[in-house]
Amino acid sequence: MESSSNSTLHTAYDSKIEGNVIITRVDAAINWMRKNSLWPMPMGLACCAIEMMATACSRFDLSRFGMEVMRFSPRQADVLIVSGTVTYKMALAVKRIWDQMPEPKWCIAMGACASSGGMYRSYAVLQGIDRLIPVDVYISGCPPRPEALIEGLMKVQKKIEGEESTMEQKRTFFEGVA
Amino acid sequence: MSAINDVTRLQEAFGAKILKTVEFRGEHTLHVDAAALHEVLAECRNRLGYEMLLDVSSLDHFGDDPRFEMVYEIASLDDSKHLRVKAAFSEEEKVPSVTDLWAGADWHEREVWDMMGIPFSGHPNLKRILMWEGYPFFPLRKDFPLAGRPSEMPDVAFSGVAPLEGGPFVTCAGGEDTVRREPRARVLE
Repeated sequence: MESSSNSTLHTAYDSKIEGNVIITRVDAAINWMRKNSLWPMPMGLACCAIEMMATACSRFDLSRFGMEVMRFSPRQADVLIVSGTVTYKMALAVKRIWDQMPEPKWCIAMGACASSGGMYRSYAVLQGIDRLIPVDVYISGCPPRPEALIEGLMKVQKKIEGEESTMEQKRTFFEGVA
Repeated sequence: MSAINDVTRLQEAFGAKILKTVEFRGEHTLHVDAAALHEVLAECRNRLGYEMLLDVSSLDHFGDDPRFEMVYEIASLDDSKHLRVKAAFSEEEKVPSVTDLWAGADWHEREVWDMMGIPFSGHPNLKRILMWEGYPFFPLRKDFPLAGRPSEMPDVAFSGVAPLEGGPFVTCAGGEDTVRREPRARVLE
């Protein structure tokens, strides 16, 4: 009886957690969580917004990537999707929403207008949202197809994968203290 | 029934104040003396059955005097007749508002003020409608560059100059071939 229990101890020393333990780095774990629950802040300003809505709907189904939780409050959002023409009248409102989003945050310029002003070379249109806020991913198209937006969001995921999140947090913390 | 009867009635009633009438493919246009504009429009609205103001627009004849021209498109509700009324105004003059005749003129006139900088007298709420209050230019005037001009209002808005890269781009209808009809940068004289 005793000898048989000894031999089981050697093969499975703790059957309750055996197979449930994963060894990884904190950075990798954090990045994995961040990239698979990207909550977008939709900034629908023109026709690109229609494609963005289609992306979120069942045919293209953004929720396959964990991005379906469109947050209409910037306080709860991770990624700002600027989809459409940014007029000068709207520009500072977009900037304000970006400022209200908590770190870490990413920005996508969706379509020609948000990236560069597009065909609107005029007095009324900001020539690219990157003049006001930092952009992580630019998506070409006028408007881009939903597949393109999904690819853009996956590019953001790729970017998140490579980030050193705890190092970054440490750096910003010490910068804040100093 | 078209507006032809009304044109003759208005000519009889206002005489020399109606400067010119134009008929083109069934469309009737009245050129009216600026001082009589409101009177004529009131007559159209109250007596002749033009209950609907379709559009108010303005033209900038830059370099001419009078510089601006107002255009009113009016129609009857049953859509049986349309009439276009035009009047010229110099830069110093105020245009009499027609908001007392058609309530719908309110936003049209605000747009004319915003884009062209033509002031109206008797308008209940004459402020900018598309650009922000405090924007210093009138962008649809002929002497305003297409690329825009820089302006700055802290915490409200700012504007910059758009890169035109050789533009504005134009096409000429009726060119010899399609290649020539492609958009081309206008060569500045």
